Amino acid sequence: MKARNKFLLGGVLVLGTAGYLMATSIDETATYYLTPSELAGKVAANPRFVQNGVKVGARVVSGTIVRDPGGRELTFRMTDGAHTYDVHYRGVAPDTFTDGVDVVVEGRLDASGTFQATTLLAKCASRYENAPEKYQQTPGYQQGTAATPSA
Amino acid sequence: MILVGELSLWVALLMAAWTTTVSFSGGLQGRADLVKSGERAMYATFGFTLLASIGLWTALFTHDFSIKFVASYTSANLPKVYTFTAFWAGQAGSLLFWALVLTGYSAVAVFTNRRSNRAMMPYVTGTLGVVSLFFLMTMAFGANPFERLDWVPPDGRGMNPQLQNPGMAAHPPMLYLGYIATAIPFAFAIGALVTRQLDAQWLGAVRRWALVSWFFLTIGIVMGMWWAYVELGWSGYWAWDAVENSSFLPWLTVTAFLHSIMIQEKRGMLRKWNVTLVVLSFLLTILGTFITRSGIIESVHAFAQSPVGNWFFGFLVVATALTAWLVSTRLNDLQAKAELESMVSREAAFLYNNLVLVGICFATLWGTIFPILSEWVKGDKITVGPPFFNAVNGPLGLLLLALTGIGPLIAWRRASVTNLKRQFTWPVAFGVTVFVALLALGMRDPYALISYLLAGFVFGTIIQEFVKGIGARQRMYGEGLVPASLRLIARNRRRYGGYIVHFGVVVLFCAFAGLMFKKDLTATIKTGESIKATDAYGHEWEFVSQGISAYDQLNRQVVAVAFDVTRDGKRMGILSSEKRQHVNSLGEPTFEPSTEVGILESPKQDVYLVFTGAVDKDTAAVHIHFNPLVWWVWFGGLIMAFGGLIVMWPQAQRAERESGYVAEIPMERDRLATAGTGVGAGA
Repeated sequence: MKARNKFLLGGVLVLGTAGYLMATSIDETATYYLTPSELAGKVAANPRFVQNGVKVGARVVSGTIVRDPGGRELTFRMTDGAHTYDVHYRGVAPDTFTDGVDVVVEGRLDASGTFQATTLLAKCASRYENAPEKYQQTPGYQQGTAATPSA
Repeated sequence: MILVGELSLWVALLMAAWTTTVSFSGGLQGRADLVKSGERAMYATFGFTLLASIGLWTALFTHDFSIKFVASYTSANLPKVYTFTAFWAGQAGSLLFWALVLTGYSAVAVFTNRRSNRAMMPYVTGTLGVVSLFFLMTMAFGANPFERLDWVPPDGRGMNPQLQNPGMAAHPPMLYLGYIATAIPFAFAIGALVTRQLDAQWLGAVRRWALVSWFFLTIGIVMGMWWAYVELGWSGYWAWDAVENSSFLPWLTVTAFLHSIMIQEKRGMLRKWNVTLVVLSFLLTILGTFITRSGIIESVHAFAQSPVGNWFFGFLVVATALTAWLVSTRLNDLQAKAELESMVSREAAFLYNNLVLVGICFATLWGTIFPILSEWVKGDKITVGPPFFNAVNGPLGLLLLALTGIGPLIAWRRASVTNLKRQFTWPVAFGVTVFVALLALGMRDPYALISYLLAGFVFGTIIQEFVKGIGARQRMYGEGLVPASLRLIARNRRRYGGYIVHFGVVVLFCAFAGLMFKKDLTATIKTGESIKATDAYGHEWEFVSQGISAYDQLNRQVVAVAFDVTRDGKRMGILSSEKRQHVNSLGEPTFEPSTEVGILESPKQDVYLVFTGAVDKDTAAVHIHFNPLVWWVWFGGLIMAFGGLIVMWPQAQRAERESGYVAEIPMERDRLATAGTGVGAGA
């Protein structure tokens, strides 16, 4: 066999392995990324859907965050405007987690309709990029009180 | 000055348009006067972009809060150094910074090539003009840093506290310097494709710029890892986040190119492949910028969700289509001049190295854009997390590590059994020794064991190469050990600089494998109480709480917890972690509170303390991590950058002739010497 063909065979082997790893790992690690409404839709279509692990991107309803004294467990409500879910999270919340921020929670919906989150990522629109139009409209700012971003 | 800067932006835009127009038409009509004019306009584009940048810096330092950008990212009480770095802290400013570096690079590339590569230069200049024009237009019409607010706030919003960190001040410009340098090889590739001058001569300039890109990308990525580790409080440095991946993708293709170009220089092979890698690297930087700035993929980086994303998408599509057309119409000009002769040869090892690098690139790209793809195909957004990337890139990374050892040892064209025996005996023995020793010490994790086996092997190859080279010099010139080592490196910068880079890679892999043995614990603790823990090395640690303190500092209010730390009864010092609430000059809180972690750093392991909250005034909730070998990640990155610097350092032609200890093919050597590319550097 010519060296070129041998190389091609080896190449196919390398890429085939990579492809195989990709295909199998995708199945094992893929998670749905849904909005609360989409999650509600999935549950309506298949009540057993509560068993699956999913990621949900939503906004924290202001004033609903309840932390335990140790700071390692908390509950809050998340919404996309149309649907709202209670979330229970066990773990350390990131600094950016406050009222009204966008969050991504990963976990599963339990039978009682509470989302049991195992990971919690807070995404704040103000993190690296502010939205000055919005912050300009924040009445509190101009009056010289709090400069909390409305995000 | 601010007004001058604002106007300069528009003049720079016109200049870039002029560069593009006259360079291309000058090239097509063969008119030297137009070409000359295009080159001068490129310098002018840089000049006016620089003026615009000075204008923005002036606005930042004079605290002109009528400018939206200044009001959004700075406040009157922001430390000076961060007022300076605020330039690239947001979308509009970072685009201006990008344009500044791009036009600066372009001006240097045009200037240094003003007498060489005459036929292709008009197209090189023209291409750089187009790219500059694109960035200037995106900025001027999409995100103008000089945009005014219709009211003047009393103070700006200040900078996000997480950006107020030396790592964050330096990480973005380093990454940009690396990202943007891919535009120059891209422009040369377009020039070479248009003029069909696809021999080796255009690669000289390309290789230098690819190295610049690699160097800064490496520093930028490692700095980003360091920043994430010390600032974000999650005790990790790489999360396979979409934005992190965006910086990793071009690094992979540039690394592949820097290897495969050697095969083209020595053997005239892989010409299509090299052009493809050059073009791909640039397109991946645009794709990465698109991903970062459009917000199309969920990322914790949460950069602006802005219309700028559409501009990048449009540019990406047009640039991809045009270059694909150019390459496909020139395949005949890109025929290889030699064939692969044997599977057991350096060419074959390098080909596999390229396959693996591109494989990792593809897998990473696939995982990154999978949510978009799945949404198109199935209507559901499906994401893949770190387990996917680790499962695919882990094995591929180890394969790459093995090739790092094999490539430099194996002979060109066709390795003989003698060659293999002579070169591989010691390194393999060294790797196996490391493996057996670790097994005997009780290490059982298969991933870690294989990592250390391969790391030992590659380390053995590097040592062997240095020993042989230094020995040869000592025999030939009768030099002492130190002068022989220094001259060996100085006279063969590409080869031995490359080995130093490989050594850095080995160190990195050892450090990555160390994380297999990390441990962590959480605790709620009162003042005076203690926490006990055992790390992976079997050391007993004790943390005695010194209590919580609250105080005001510079531009923030701080709540801190401190621990007195002992290891096996020996006092290691005080470790503390802070919760900070930043305030503006009016004393109002800005941004969310942030955490400052405490790290007790050592080569063996980091003890990483996160203050997760005060339960009451003397009870603190904390998270303590033991992270083995993290120190070596930063050290390995430093070694890689240092090796890169040695490779980049210009070498006089004379010195190359006496390089001596290099295996190469005489015929090829002569051809290359006349072409003016670096000869005498093997690896």
